Amino acid sequence: MVWEVFKKPTKWPIMRSLILKEIDELIFGSLGIIIFIAFFIGGVVTIQTALNLNSPLIPKSLIGFATRQSVILEFAPTFTSIIMAGKVGSYITSSIGTMKVTEQIDALEVMGVNSLNYLVFPKIIAMLMYPFAVAVAMFVGIFGGWIAGAFGGYAPSGEFVKGLQLDFIPFHVTYAFIKTVVFAFIIATIPSYHGFYMKGGALEVGKASTTSFVWTSVVIIILNYILTQLLLG
Amino acid sequence: MIEVENIHKSFGETHILKGITTCFDQGKTNLVIGQSGSGKTVFLKCLLGLFEPEEGQICYDGQFYSELTISQRRDLRQEMGMVFQGSALFDSMTVEGNVMFPLEMFTKQSRAEMKDRVDFVLERVNLVDAHKKFPSEISGGMKKRVAIARAIVMNPKYLFCDEPNSGLDPKTAILIDNLIQELTKEYDITTVINTHDMNSVMEIGEKIIFLKNGFKEWEGTNKEVFKTDNEAVTNFVYSSELFKKVRQMYIEERN
Repeated sequence: MVWEVFKKPTKWPIMRSLILKEIDELIFGSLGIIIFIAFFIGGVVTIQTALNLNSPLIPKSLIGFATRQSVILEFAPTFTSIIMAGKVGSYITSSIGTMKVTEQIDALEVMGVNSLNYLVFPKIIAMLMYPFAVAVAMFVGIFGGWIAGAFGGYAPSGEFVKGLQLDFIPFHVTYAFIKTVVFAFIIATIPSYHGFYMKGGALEVGKASTTSFVWTSVVIIILNYILTQLLLG
Repeated sequence: MIEVENIHKSFGETHILKGITTCFDQGKTNLVIGQSGSGKTVFLKCLLGLFEPEEGQICYDGQFYSELTISQRRDLRQEMGMVFQGSALFDSMTVEGNVMFPLEMFTKQSRAEMKDRVDFVLERVNLVDAHKKFPSEISGGMKKRVAIARAIVMNPKYLFCDEPNSGLDPKTAILIDNLIQELTKEYDITTVINTHDMNSVMEIGEKIIFLKNGFKEWEGTNKEVFKTDNEAVTNFVYSSELFKKVRQMYIEERN
């Protein structure tokens, strides 16, 4: 399927408008939920860390450090990707699946359009903007942690910020973005596959959406392990 | 002209098309009739190139489909227009966007030229004030007309219709049939229509092939179909009460 996506490309002016539409739909349309989840997850990570570090020998700045590491390394790239597998993935599967059952994909093929390129390629390109969404999630997650720490009385603002700056390794951000790009490709292609090759009617569209979410999540989690082992191990 | 020679198509163990040979003439409305499950849609999808037959040949004005490369097949498909049973209009586009789509994809026309062409074909199918409406906002008959407009906008050499008047009231169905026949004559198109509507057979069936269980059971014109002695065709044609009564009246009149 992936090979066919890149063959016989659609005319650039049409493709450009499709890509912009998909960026709006897949990325900007998801920012609200990403910001909401990242903010509260960051807050919860801070509270949990603070509650588990109750020894007076451990500096409070460690709460900021732990929040930063957790959000940048795992919560922003992986947790957000699982959310996106549900939101964006099921949208992709159901929209392509509906086109399949209503013969709109056949209509494209009959016209001589490479339907895989027309439908899937813009989604893959649009998902290249996904690291931007994850960067927002990182920022908002840490911000949520700071709010919870400072205003909840778990870590003074100065200590939290000191912890954020402690032992910062830039490669950890690179590692997170490498994971994000791989996950973006997975989120665009696996749901497209399930939508494009589904058989049946409206009921099967729902089933395909669920199956695609399960498989996308499984692949993300396995790749998360492999990439972590390769890049940080 | 489309020549079909001994095509076979199976899905797993199920043998759907069992050696169909026929010929569809240019400038004529060719009808494929038969009961549900007789293989009509599979046959049409083979003609469109959406399904590849395991055996046999389909020849479009001298071009054997099986001998074409994928790219040549896509080029050939640009000469085909298809009206799907459910219209298959793109939900996210307006009526104008749907009809303009093939022009945007495959021509280098300016926006104004494309707009003129779209206006012309929409007027040709008697849809003059639906340009900005979405498929969900128009009736079934209008959807069929938009689908016909989209199918003819590129001046196709071949027009395929899968049950173009299913789900339509008898009056709209006749309008759609007549429109397809007029366009076939006007643009000298090779038209193939899948139907089980006997009104269509009577009105526009210049050549009819009858499929039964994947075989071509009978072939003839709309005049011959009502007089044939073939039992399978007779059972199919006179299956409705209305046609049974018409036939009875005809026999009584003859006696």
